[in-house]
Amino acid sequence: MTGAAPLAELDDLRVQFGAGPDAVQAVRGVSLHVMPGEVLCLLGESGSGKSVSMRALLRLLPPQARVTGGVQVEGQEVGRLSGRALRALRGGTAAMVFQEPMTALDPVYTVGQQIAESVQQHRGGTRAAARARALEVLDLVRVPDAARRLDAYPHELSGGLRQRVVIAMALACRPRLLLADEPTTALDATVQIQILVLLRGLQRELGMGMVLVTHDLGVAAEVSDRVAVMYAGQIVEQGPVRDVLRRPVHPYTRGLLASVVRADGVEAPGIPGSPPDLRRPPPGCAFAARCPAAVGACSAAVPAEQKVGPGRTARCVRVGESVAA
Amino acid sequence: MPDRGGPAQPMLIAAGLRKHFPIPGGGAVRAVDGVSFSVAKGETLGVVGESGCGKSTLARLLLHLVRPDAGELVFDGEAVGAPRGITLKELRRQAQMVFQDSASSLNPRMPARDSVAFGPRVLGRGPAQAAAEADEALRRVGLDPMQFGPRYPHELSGGQKQRVNIARALALQPRLVILDEAVSALDKSVEAQVLSLLARLKRELGLTYVFISHDLAVVRHVSDRVLVMYLGSVAESGPADDVFARPLHPYTRVLLASRLSMDPDRRVEQAPIVGDPPSPANPPSGCRFRTRCPHAEPVCADRVPSPGSWDGHQAACHMVHPGSGHSAAALAA
Repeated sequence: MTGAAPLAELDDLRVQFGAGPDAVQAVRGVSLHVMPGEVLCLLGESGSGKSVSMRALLRLLPPQARVTGGVQVEGQEVGRLSGRALRALRGGTAAMVFQEPMTALDPVYTVGQQIAESVQQHRGGTRAAARARALEVLDLVRVPDAARRLDAYPHELSGGLRQRVVIAMALACRPRLLLADEPTTALDATVQIQILVLLRGLQRELGMGMVLVTHDLGVAAEVSDRVAVMYAGQIVEQGPVRDVLRRPVHPYTRGLLASVVRADGVEAPGIPGSPPDLRRPPPGCAFAARCPAAVGACSAAVPAEQKVGPGRTARCVRVGESVAA
Repeated sequence: MPDRGGPAQPMLIAAGLRKHFPIPGGGAVRAVDGVSFSVAKGETLGVVGESGCGKSTLARLLLHLVRPDAGELVFDGEAVGAPRGITLKELRRQAQMVFQDSASSLNPRMPARDSVAFGPRVLGRGPAQAAAEADEALRRVGLDPMQFGPRYPHELSGGQKQRVNIARALALQPRLVILDEAVSALDKSVEAQVLSLLARLKRELGLTYVFISHDLAVVRHVSDRVLVMYLGSVAESGPADDVFARPLHPYTRVLLASRLSMDPDRRVEQAPIVGDPPSPANPPSGCRFRTRCPHAEPVCADRVPSPGSWDGHQAACHMVHPGSGHSAAALAA
């Protein structure tokens, strides 16, 4: 594979739940790509469409979701995959780490059985070989005393160990794309940093591309190469993590950064109001109603995605001015 | 409410609070195991710790929502539940609580105004008076009573629901408000709004807060003093500035070092600690942190470190107590 071909790509993805006037437009035209070996972070608050966008990459959306737009992983159009090819994609080419390790694991099977099952599904081979691979990946994610833990049930493990097991399961078939949906949100601070350092290390070591969904700017700063900031079903700003966190262009990103409660005791103002109802999204910029810089043009039409620097885009009609400012 | 004990009398004193939850088949989860502290009038005491450290059980003990196995509570100079002390009913009027899950703390079949008016109604106000007090409380939290009063919880956003919960607590004109992870479930931009609101209410109404959270940055931001908990006991306590600038307990240092950097050029290269906290059903002997502590010595397994006095900056660690038998303590002394 050449460096120029993206590992995964969304092209004008739109996802709608339900039908008629009360249909929720959860994703409203998202385009993004992830290169091999790159970590892209989808950053946004609840309801921004970040998880839905990521799940679309594996066609994991419920049947009532109406999906349009292009979804490609390694050049294959995911929407057109047959059952067999889809199974090869899920857990083979691409694997997913979920937020809640307790619900992501089956309580009635040992962790060894669960990892081995996935290995046999994708790679075939004997049960013994699959079990050996399970042990190997438990070691890889630094589960202490891995040989003994192979026969443990999920309830016998702590929260941090369970999340390591979920990551081991995702890595078992050597995916080239790792998707992680708020992988540390349910964990305590001292465990969260362990898992983030582990994920970052493994991603580099194994050269995987990774898409990480988070609401936490700190998590994005710890692991990502690039960030896509989502609001009301759209990407409002996208670019290298340093640039976006240091010199945010979009007023929403700025508000989000200003909402971080800092140790210095300076009052964090937050952003007044709340996101729009996605059953009736506004015709213009979705953030206009909360935006301190809004002008008449903001409500007229959805601002186009504009280039605002090397590898950077933003959807804001005043973007030229704010870059100059 | 009259300030009975005077300004020097702490709003709340907790002494030796203990709560063990029995496990069917033997043993007990030692959720809170001998916790003592005091909260001065008008201050915010932050309680910080990871899941299983007992901070939520502690919150419930303070209002006797869970009855303590042992220990004493003194509210503004009056012992809680004692013959000549303050009654539980009166305590639960003067001290109110706001919970983490804004949705499940509201009755889904009750409009916001009725939820907020419920407390005043229970205290004997007539329907019109209670509704008027509810509207006043809604206004205080920044919700227009005409617009939001008739709304049901499902018609409110997460931030609005939590405002209603705060209004409900305020409707009883409490003096002490216990906030148990009250902003943890909110999005960051909304969290900042609610924190500003809480700061304003405290100023306007002269409230005292016990602010419980797992989020160090938030606790640092709101607290005058902090209590760091680990496995059911207090590891460290003191003025927030001191504790965050000069942490004494190794656990506090680990917690601080686990914070995310917010700067891609200063990423945390190595996690400061490995593994998870042990189970509170079977805590280690001696110092509870010793199994994960880089400085643990035999004395740490043998003896429970003294938490020190309640005032000033204290840590329950043998290293800071001269003569404890820990090699670092000898050096310190």
